[in-house]
Amino acid sequence: MIEARNVWKKYGDKVVLERINLQVKEGEFVTLVGTSGCGKSTFLKMLLGTESASSGELLLHGKPVPGEPGPDRGIVFQQYSVFPHLSVLQNVMAARGFAGRNMTGLLFGRARREAYQEALALLEEVGLAHAQALYPAELSGGMRQRLAIAQALLGRPGILLLDEPFGALDPGIRADMHELVLRLWRQYRLTVFLVTHDLKEGFYLGTRLWVFDKTRHDPQAPDAYGATITYDLPVGKVDRETLTEIDRDLARTANQMERDHEAL
Amino acid sequence: MKRLINQTPSPVLRVVLGLLPFVLLVVLYTYASDARLAENPADKLLPSFGQIGDAIQRMAFEPSKRSGDYLVWEDTLASLTRLGLGVLIAATLGLALGLFTGALPLVSASASPLLTVISLIPPLAILPVLFIVFGLGELSKVALIAIGITPFIARDIQRRTQEIPYEQLVKAQTLGANTSQIICRVLLPQLMPRLLDAVRLSLGAGWLFLIAAEAIAATEGLGYRIFLVRRYMAMDVILPYVAWITLLAFVIDASLAALSRRLFPWHGQGGH
Repeated sequence: MIEARNVWKKYGDKVVLERINLQVKEGEFVTLVGTSGCGKSTFLKMLLGTESASSGELLLHGKPVPGEPGPDRGIVFQQYSVFPHLSVLQNVMAARGFAGRNMTGLLFGRARREAYQEALALLEEVGLAHAQALYPAELSGGMRQRLAIAQALLGRPGILLLDEPFGALDPGIRADMHELVLRLWRQYRLTVFLVTHDLKEGFYLGTRLWVFDKTRHDPQAPDAYGATITYDLPVGKVDRETLTEIDRDLARTANQMERDHEAL
Repeated sequence: MKRLINQTPSPVLRVVLGLLPFVLLVVLYTYASDARLAENPADKLLPSFGQIGDAIQRMAFEPSKRSGDYLVWEDTLASLTRLGLGVLIAATLGLALGLFTGALPLVSASASPLLTVISLIPPLAILPVLFIVFGLGELSKVALIAIGITPFIARDIQRRTQEIPYEQLVKAQTLGANTSQIICRVLLPQLMPRLLDAVRLSLGAGWLFLIAAEAIAATEGLGYRIFLVRRYMAMDVILPYVAWITLLAFVIDASLAALSRRLFPWHGQGGH
């Protein structure tokens, strides 16, 4: 359903991504790992529609990805992805209001009652029913991300994009969130793209792991080469050696980028 | 001994330290007033608290000999009506301008440069223009206040609109929201408490424009009165009028702050 044909992304002279070729089938759970600045978030934004490819084609159902976000692709960011002025329940119900085509996005009468029932059921599912009257600022980080996920799911997207959603959470909470995401992925038959810093996270979550890394490096012109997908592995069939190898590669790139930065 | 920057007053000491300057001012005034009045009982510059009390009694609680009105209340009503109307118009215009220039890059491209230029015009410099165009009646005074603070509110709201995290706009779009829904449901509600903040900040300028306009052309109003009695050096009237204006400004500010807390409990909690 998603296909990239020799996709490049440049900002001016700076190459971020190069030679991206891939195909993703419906229902896959892809985890994107790599050092910061290696383009994994940029790739996610290209799927989202807030960034576009500089050259090459990124296709969704055979057509180029639209140039702006749409209801077929849900998103959860690391932060700021819920509305601070709406209660937990209103946040989820807002998704229904936005799906309607009226001017204000407000719900009335039967539509409102239906949205209420639906939102409540979804909150139950992510374990937030007891917190429905609270505002986001009153929630813990984990609860806030559960809310963001529930909100995204009410829009019934086929694709769910997760941009380091658990980066700011405590390790214990993370495990709960992994379980939640895996459960919802199966239940709603989603295609999931998860960006993470944590290589281990990518190693047991989902069905497929992509490692974004730079393979070429010119010390005189650090921006001349971009990152590409160096490993495309099925999750669950990877041995410990590969993990160590990837870890070593990523550490080397991180060091290299650090040195480039210092040289400036 | 801790460093000075690390020394904080206890709650009691804080109150005492806060009251101290006020007490000192009153003592200093009483002393200076007594000294001058002892020298010349007809002195008008620093009236005693007794004389000020008499003036308050005369202006607030006895009908004017000439018109039969209770002057303070009449002045207050006239001034607050002008200020309220001016600020209301400015808040409405400022919100609309700020919201649309902040949210829609196409509108911003055409309106922002003009807004910047207009905000640089000193409003008092165009007061004569307003008097010529709108006449000497209420309209020109209200217009001065509105014109004076609209650019400030508009630019503040524009900045606040742009400060709303981009992630929220993207999120709304992934839920299928169109532009007007994003404006109505995401931007506008979050801007309301910020609008109240902007209004509170602009009230000081609002008072300035009000008093300036009243001083030049009016037949009643708080600013008109102080400039009128200046001719007779009636400090016993001017001082309580200034205190009354200060009190009004304080009460309005405090009420707006309370209103904001009540209507927008989610505001100022550090949103995510």
